[in-house]
Amino acid sequence: MILVFCELKEGKIRKASLEALSEARRLTSDPVGALFVGASTAGAEEAAAYGADFILKAENPALAAYSSDLYARTLAQAVKTKGATILLGAATPMGKDVLPRVAARLDAGYAAEVTGLSLKDGKLQAERPVYACKAFATVDFPSAIQVVSTRPNVFTATPNAKAGTVETLAVEATDFKAVVKEILAKAGGKQDLTEADVIVSGGRGMKDGENFKILEALAEALGGVVGASRAAVDAGWGIPHSAQVGQTGKVVSPTLYIACGISGAIQHVAGMSGSKVIVAINKDPEAPIFKLATYGIVGDLFEIVPALTQAIKASK
Amino acid sequence: MKILVALKQVPDTETKIKVAADGKSLDPADVKWITSPYDEYAMEEAMRIKEAKGAEVIAISVGEDKAKDMLRNPGLALGADSAVLLKATSPEDPLTVAKALAAYAEGKGFDLILFGNKAFGADHGAVGPMVAELLGMAQATLVTKLELGEGTFKAEREGDGGTEVVEGTLPAVITAQRGLNEPRYAGLKGIMAAKKKTIEEVEASVAAPALVVSALTLPAARPEGRKLEGEGAVQALVALLRDEAKVL
Ligand SMILES: Cc1cc2nc3c(=O)[nH]c(=O)nc-3n(C[C@H](O)[C@H](O)[C@H](O)COP(=O)(O)OP(=O)(O)OC[C@H]3O[C@@H](n4cnc5c(N)ncnc54)[C@H](O)[C@@H]3O)c2cc1C
Ligand SMILES: Nc1ncnc2c1ncn2[C@@H]1O[C@H](COP(=O)(O)O)[C@@H](O)[C@H]1O
Repeated sequence: MILVFCELKEGKIRKASLEALSEARRLTSDPVGALFVGASTAGAEEAAAYGADFILKAENPALAAYSSDLYARTLAQAVKTKGATILLGAATPMGKDVLPRVAARLDAGYAAEVTGLSLKDGKLQAERPVYACKAFATVDFPSAIQVVSTRPNVFTATPNAKAGTVETLAVEATDFKAVVKEILAKAGGKQDLTEADVIVSGGRGMKDGENFKILEALAEALGGVVGASRAAVDAGWGIPHSAQVGQTGKVVSPTLYIACGISGAIQHVAGMSGSKVIVAINKDPEAPIFKLATYGIVGDLFEIVPALTQAIKASK
Repeated sequence: MKILVALKQVPDTETKIKVAADGKSLDPADVKWITSPYDEYAMEEAMRIKEAKGAEVIAISVGEDKAKDMLRNPGLALGADSAVLLKATSPEDPLTVAKALAAYAEGKGFDLILFGNKAFGADHGAVGPMVAELLGMAQATLVTKLELGEGTFKAEREGDGGTEVVEGTLPAVITAQRGLNEPRYAGLKGIMAAKKKTIEEVEASVAAPALVVSALTLPAARPEGRKLEGEGAVQALVALLRDEAKVL
């Protein structure tokens, strides 16, 4: 049996969680359960449409704010209660925080940010990029229980209606050692970079933070979000580190990645080489980013980006 | 205050990756080893706490003999009071590493155990949270700001679309994200002093792995892209994105 830890955001299941759930469904005809943890789990029923045979709700007022240790105990309790041998979850900030803890509690092998999954004799086998995406590792799990986090935007969320019988889990532990007290500077409804379908990134070639406005306009025309290279973040232009793509930033796999004034250093490429379509705009025809780009335009980004925004708006 | 800092040696990011003859491990020939960059933030944070409040800092690594270079610098050279090498053939399973570290740390009264948020190359981001669970400690991962109180901590972490403030009790595991601090380099004096110190070597307690790498492969090269130039390049791009790539 596979359990999938699902996260809700404003009453809806996160896309990355639906991807993990769909992948579990694709892997097995054995029971698949969607696990929800929180003070309230309203909205969880949607999991039935994405392949959940049952929906397991671990509700308790003590779970209102996120606590690594309490959530880990609750997830482990769910795995044990249901006798699941595989636990999947999306590699979101919460998933990456809690899943390794759950694995340690269950004496289970854990692999992070996997991009491929299969079942071999009932056991999970995973594929994941390593060494800055310069290689892929196939990993096997000698442990009885297997835990993985799936990289957002790699697996597809596919509707597949199942019973979705709702079950509840009485949460055993309610004490915790650390908890999220508040959330600061919540970027107004902006999508997380790792879950975005389209990313328009700017590098040192943008020359100034003000100029990122032209990237925002392009991103808006495409329904995407803005990212940056480390050089742009470090330049003191007011670009937050949370927008950085690369080895010391976010690893992203959007459908479309547009790199503007970014040379394509290996540490940047490590964060975006999994993108399906890559567009590079750079005035240097020798820039390494062109080796990677599906399409490249050689020229001045300050002319090309606004023209591209216009052309895309016109094509719609 | 007693602080343990976990350091890992990893291939330099510029390293050309070659697969060894076994088809599942990295060919170590020509690899230049560095301290995993996130671990440098962890080490720096330990030094700042030591300077501000006073602390005994121990740097630790699970690995082979060559890891001693890193335990010396940045470890001892930056100001760690001592360094420990838990000897093992570098385990690739984060749980094996976590168990070795937890077995060492158990009962030694550490208030803080600092980690990098993930080890460059392996990228699991798992050892820190696993040690926290094995030792029943509080945790905050991806931390960009850390404040210590009396037996408590307050950390800012990179959460979903915002900065999360995590409050908890010590002892705690903290994993460092870029932004936590700006790591310093060791000065000559520190480097010389580190040479005279001995690194404690202990056989690691190595558990059977829960994760094994059974194959390492190089990705297929991306097909050479199309370069567009001059007049009409923008229109051509839009057409390609719409009709060929079908992403518009
Ligand atoms: C340990 C380590 C970790 C790192 N982690 C990251 C990371 O996570 N992310 C990351 O991005 N980097 C990272 N780096 C830094 C990386 O090595 C590069 O320095 C960085 O990516 C360069 O950013 P850039 O491409 O924006 O700048 P540059 O390399 O300076 O490139 C700027 C580009 O803009 C082009 N350009 C200039 N003006 C124009 C114009 N008007 N029109 C069109 N094109 C123009 C230029 O031709 C050039 O190609 C890391 C480095 C190290 C050592
Ligand atoms: N072999 C090791 N020895 C000491 N610390 C390690 C080792 N492997 C990982 N770590 C620590 O755990 C962090 C996360 O590693 P990982 O879970 O492998 O991404 C690293 O940044 C180090 O602080």
